[in-house]
Amino acid sequence: MPAYSLLINGKTYPVDADAQMPLLWVIRELVGLTGTKYGCGIAQCGACTVHLKGAPVRSCSFPVSAVLNQPITTIEGISKDNSHPIQKAWIAEQVPQCGYCQSGQIMSAVALLKTNPQPTDDAIDAAMQGNICRCGTYPRIRKAIKRAAGIPPTPNGQ
Amino acid sequence: MSQNEPTTRRDFLKIGTLASGGLLIAFAAPGKSTSLRSVPGSSITSLNTFLKIGTDNSIHIILSKVEMGQGIWTTLPMLIAEELDCDWRRIQVEHSPPGKAADFLENPVYRSTGGSETTTQEFDRYRRAGATARMMLVQAAAQKLGVHPEDCRTENSYVIAGPKRIRYGEVATEASLLPVPSVQLRAPKDWKLIGKSQKRLDTPEKINGKAVYGIDLHFPGLLTAVVAHSPVFGGTVKSVDATKAKAIRGVRQIVRIPTGVAVLADTFWAAKQGRDALKIDWNLGENATLDTSAQLEDYRQIAKTEGLIIQKKGDVGAALAKAEKTIDATFSFPYLAHAPMEPLNCTVKLTKDNCEVWTGTQSPLLHQAEVATFLGFKPEQIKFYTPYLGGSFGRRGSFSGDWIMEAMHIAKVSGKAVKLVWSREDDIKGGYYRPMYVHTVQIGIGANGLPVALQQRIVGQSLFTNTPLADMLVQKGIDYSSVTTASPYSNSIPDHSFELHTTSVAVPVLPWRSVGSTHTVFVTETLLDELATLAQTDPVAYRRKFFTNHPRHLAALNLAAEKANWDKPLPKGRFRGVAVCEAMGSYVAQIVELSIDEQAIRVHRVVCAIDCGLAVNPDGVRAQMESGIIFGLTAALYGEITLKKGQVQQSNFHDYPMLRMAETPAIDVHLVPSTEKMGGAGEPGVAPIAPAIANALFAATGQRIRQLPIRLGQ
Repeated sequence: MPAYSLLINGKTYPVDADAQMPLLWVIRELVGLTGTKYGCGIAQCGACTVHLKGAPVRSCSFPVSAVLNQPITTIEGISKDNSHPIQKAWIAEQVPQCGYCQSGQIMSAVALLKTNPQPTDDAIDAAMQGNICRCGTYPRIRKAIKRAAGIPPTPNGQ
Repeated sequence: MSQNEPTTRRDFLKIGTLASGGLLIAFAAPGKSTSLRSVPGSSITSLNTFLKIGTDNSIHIILSKVEMGQGIWTTLPMLIAEELDCDWRRIQVEHSPPGKAADFLENPVYRSTGGSETTTQEFDRYRRAGATARMMLVQAAAQKLGVHPEDCRTENSYVIAGPKRIRYGEVATEASLLPVPSVQLRAPKDWKLIGKSQKRLDTPEKINGKAVYGIDLHFPGLLTAVVAHSPVFGGTVKSVDATKAKAIRGVRQIVRIPTGVAVLADTFWAAKQGRDALKIDWNLGENATLDTSAQLEDYRQIAKTEGLIIQKKGDVGAALAKAEKTIDATFSFPYLAHAPMEPLNCTVKLTKDNCEVWTGTQSPLLHQAEVATFLGFKPEQIKFYTPYLGGSFGRRGSFSGDWIMEAMHIAKVSGKAVKLVWSREDDIKGGYYRPMYVHTVQIGIGANGLPVALQQRIVGQSLFTNTPLADMLVQKGIDYSSVTTASPYSNSIPDHSFELHTTSVAVPVLPWRSVGSTHTVFVTETLLDELATLAQTDPVAYRRKFFTNHPRHLAALNLAAEKANWDKPLPKGRFRGVAVCEAMGSYVAQIVELSIDEQAIRVHRVVCAIDCGLAVNPDGVRAQMESGIIFGLTAALYGEITLKKGQVQQSNFHDYPMLRMAETPAIDVHLVPSTEKMGGAGEPGVAPIAPAIANALFAATGQRIRQLPIRLGQ
């Protein structure tokens, strides 16, 4: 089995994995970081979102062999103490319910603000459209992204 | 633990001393409930502790129900903290630990989470636990400080008497040895937490990946199992060729179980590849002819005949014949999957005299009993752990514990510690849906524009027949969930008849968030809109005529109408619709504003008002309304499971879509200030949204919607 050396959250993990094994299962089952979630397996729900060199990817549909030397960031790597502005905004707006999709939501939101610090509603729609939340926390996610970006809420509360 | 005398209350408290010192407060159930007789082996015993105060000043609050997103991880602790005056930041919350040290018999059904009932059921009990603990801590502290208990006050986990103060933890052991006092609960005017929005205690670990769900379980030696299920419900394996599956690296074992063939492997990835590589010849059986189109037609035919009478008054046939104007409508509702984000999973570690189970379920005690029965074990040989539930919406309330029993079979046959994981495809295709329903309604309209005659027939499967809840919820063949039509409207119609046809179909069904009102409210509220139109009356004004003796419906409607500016005109191209309902003891009105852009429905805004009585955590109620509205919108716009040749046609989120960010409207939730009886919050927000959308679409297009999901132009 091929051997890979993965740089995840600044730490190197050697893994032996089938070249086609999705990064999601490598992270969850071989590395043991379970904050990244399985929701659909076909890049439809975004629960598995991680960053590859800072850009969001759906790790359930991304083979480990395609990672190459790019650094990976998972939910466990965005801060040590819930201090990332997105995490603070998630608390302030009381976003999570069941919480299962939130790792993916947060990774998409963090990536959005990194490339677009003042996103419009359309930009938020586009960046978050790949993440499903069955509990329906979308209105609070939108508010939290704006809060983290320092954008004042609009009169209708969004 | 040592025992003190219990009080004589029906739901008395038990006080104990923790092994390590400290105070423990438990709830003792009144005894084995009669409703258990349909649950074999259900004489489960469990130590139902719900508050522990450690000598280290720790406060542990144990939940009698499960957290699946609805927020009780915070609401139940609020109830204890309100009376206990403990340090809110130091509270640690847990699901009930596995039953051991047999203490008393408990009703496992009662310990299930559902019906939006947790807060209302536990409102007094949890407050009483907090008040009792506080009283005992005060008494113990007063003794130690040499003061009268009346001279003590409590704050932030301290007993304070003048300049002296003592931590709860320091007197927790002494307190546990005192007799159980009788306590008076605080008056609402003195509440510091209840009624004021508190931040959820589970948020911090749900934003950094630390929250543990069942699917995250792992320990050395644990294999993951993925099962090949029959493509048709009830089908069986004729033969299996596992050659290719066995060749996949990481696949360890392949076993046949009653529900199919399980592939056990080192990882989910290997197990799923193995499952997909199996060549199975299925005996599809008699359900291979199931077809939802044909079923819909059958239901329509059945609705032409008289059903079991639910409620009847006068002579509806004669009254309909006399009526000048009539409405004749047939409605249909599809099967719906719950699709919680965390796919079903269950971890089992079975030895010859012990079994540990980890799974997110709404009914841990019921399923513990079922596991014990299956293994022929005593209940105390089963250690049942409940991690966070990654959503449920009814699916994890499965009365049979279907996925748990599947995991038990795999563990038993394979002899391995195993984590069963359903793929999303298994979930969408796996049944246990909200049932399909057809309603036919005939309404005769009087000269004043009000209905004078109404005949409504409902056709669908029963949710609760042959379940542990049948005694409670199925009376004389009528499953209450099929017919929750009890609206404020029916009694004011002089001649009416409500009838039910309960069908028998091999598609497994389960309650689905908001249960019966997901279909009955759509029928009632879209027809009211139609009646208003025929009477040339504004839909809000028309509804008010029915609400003269229904102040809570009226208050919710008035508040929503006011906040939505119902009386003000909309910009060109925007349309409004309204719906009101009672569900789970709460009263909800919703008003939507939408437009139609190139044949696509665009919902811009939803204004929601709810009277749930006291809202213990108001922001939690708001969150549940937002959640219910989005859940209901998904169903209204997209939700549909269909079967052809016995096979479910949908498989994942690409063909069983969910509402996403861009389609989500702005949602404004308003709480009716209310001191009325408390109702639920988790479910009641779901039902009104679909009829409100349908009514707005009528305003936009003149087309009446009789079928869900909504398809314009049909």
